[in-house]
Amino acid sequence: MHRRGVGAGAIAKKKLTEAKYKERGTVLAEDQLAQMSKQLDMFKTNLEEFASKHKQEIRKNPEFRVQFQDMCATIGVDPLASGKGFWSEMLGVGDFYYELGVQIIEVCLALKHRNGGLITLEELHQQVLKGRGKFAQDVSQDDLIRAIKKLKALGSGFSIIPVGGTYLIQSVPAELNMDHTVVLQLAEKNGYVTVSEIKASLKWETERARQVLEHLLKEGLAWLDLQAPKEPHYWLPALFTDLYSQEITAEEAREALP
Amino acid sequence: MDRFLWTSGLLEINETLVIQQRGVRIYDGEEKMKFDTGTLLLSTHRLIWRDQKNHECCMAIPLSQIVFIEEQAAGIGKSAKIVVHLHPAPPNKEPGPFQSSKNSYIKLSFREHGQIEFYRRLSEEMTQRRWETMPVSQSLQTNRRPQSGRIRAVGIVGIERKLEEKRKETDKNISEAFEDLSKLMIKAKEMVELSKSIANKIKEKQGDITEDETIRFKSYLLSMGIANPVTRETYGSGTQYHMQLAKQLVGILQVPLEERGGIMSLTEVYCLVNRARGMELLSPEDLVNACKMLDALKLPLRLRVFDSGVMVIELQSHKEEEMLASALETVSEKGSLTSEEFAKLVGMSVLLAKERLLLAEKMGHLCRDDSVEGLRFYPNLFMTQS
Repeated sequence: MHRRGVGAGAIAKKKLTEAKYKERGTVLAEDQLAQMSKQLDMFKTNLEEFASKHKQEIRKNPEFRVQFQDMCATIGVDPLASGKGFWSEMLGVGDFYYELGVQIIEVCLALKHRNGGLITLEELHQQVLKGRGKFAQDVSQDDLIRAIKKLKALGSGFSIIPVGGTYLIQSVPAELNMDHTVVLQLAEKNGYVTVSEIKASLKWETERARQVLEHLLKEGLAWLDLQAPKEPHYWLPALFTDLYSQEITAEEAREALP
Repeated sequence: MDRFLWTSGLLEINETLVIQQRGVRIYDGEEKMKFDTGTLLLSTHRLIWRDQKNHECCMAIPLSQIVFIEEQAAGIGKSAKIVVHLHPAPPNKEPGPFQSSKNSYIKLSFREHGQIEFYRRLSEEMTQRRWETMPVSQSLQTNRRPQSGRIRAVGIVGIERKLEEKRKETDKNISEAFEDLSKLMIKAKEMVELSKSIANKIKEKQGDITEDETIRFKSYLLSMGIANPVTRETYGSGTQYHMQLAKQLVGILQVPLEERGGIMSLTEVYCLVNRARGMELLSPEDLVNACKMLDALKLPLRLRVFDSGVMVIELQSHKEEEMLASALETVSEKGSLTSEEFAKLVGMSVLLAKERLLLAEKMGHLCRDDSVEGLRFYPNLFMTQS
């Protein structure tokens, strides 16, 4: 503890003490870096051992994958941050999810003209499975969600919207705010939504409902059905379960990636 | 196999579809049936199988007929399967594909995958037993037995015992793996704590730490997958690895970029690069961090972020602003264009076409007509004609 001295002498002394602390500080950081380097090597060995015993478990058991991911998240580690990370290199988790990312992008691009860039997790799952072929490893919906979360970093608008017990996956940079999302959730029940329904369920003014619906139409996420009884229906092609069984045509596949 | 009954495949009122999967084949016990390619649907009340080639061929089993289910893992040349053990068929059962069967179980073979999700949902439905609380028409309620506890029918006891043993074995494997994982995580957590304390030291020193030390630290963080807490960044959150990667990208992307008019979205780049690599793939963050270093390393490519958040890679020689002049010409020739129309004309992806038109609008060359029919761009006559 320094006593507050007055005068130039005291100030000079203070500066000298500070400088000494800083110097020690440098040494401390260097020490810690060296310590970290050593611990890192040890950790790598531990991970290698773990991998030799349980790598298959991660690959084959989707529940174990979930446990693994959750534990990593709890301690503040992202095993999927980099292909160069230990987790990725030694456990092989990286390649699994990054490849899945590519497949997800391709499916979304191929179907964009049909659904405007919005697709249910179910349909995405079905199409990805089809694309992977019979000899590839099975993937769960949890796997898809994790892969999509990573894809957000690429800036092309991937996001995950919870609706009625499942999720809608958005793959275009269309601006969807809370109002839009809430209407999508309302539409999930029947595949379509009307102005009256919105007013009744959400207690909105007509104008607010109309604006949201117009925006969805403009973005190609909704189709207008003027021939519906009583009032216009706004259908969401993303929610048509019929589409599950439709193949991606050769033309769509070609347009997916130039 | 005699538990199935013919059905139209249409759902009843109060019956909801839970999940469906194509490419499923049915086995009667261990025997393959001619029902080899069908769509399997799970509803709250039934398991329905419909032939993909002949939709008329459609049959179902009420979920109440199921005693229990088990998973059979995939093998070489063999698809993953779900084994469904069934109660004997009730005497008043409606007609189906078979009158009698010697087996009390069937197998569902998932030739196009989907077994993981299907098993999960089927287990859930078996637990929730929603068919008991949501009545549908009489024909579905063919098995009104009390379902409390498992009914031990003849022959099933031995199977159940084997299952228990297998379950215990699997549980043991899982718990060992889980235990090892927990121990590993404790060590990983120590690394995280250490890195936090180092990061704090670095923050405090504000300039007394060398470039070298920073780079070393960042690469340690990269290996562990720990987010970079250091605020002072020379090359973004890049490391040596990302610098190397950036240089590699130039080699890989030069030609594709030239083929695509000098510009590609980052999603396209991600797919292209990873498809080319085949293994040791890049994570999305790896790609972004490498691209952030392109400018600093004075490489012939650059990363550009549009207002919408869309990220692209351009050749340094590519001048998007120059492309605007030709974009204006194209739009003028046609009177007006949407992003899709423009994309088709010029041979670009719709995403990038839209960005170009938006940029042209921002620069005042084009103006928009935003209606429910879509977003259409016109030459900005306010500028050119006074």
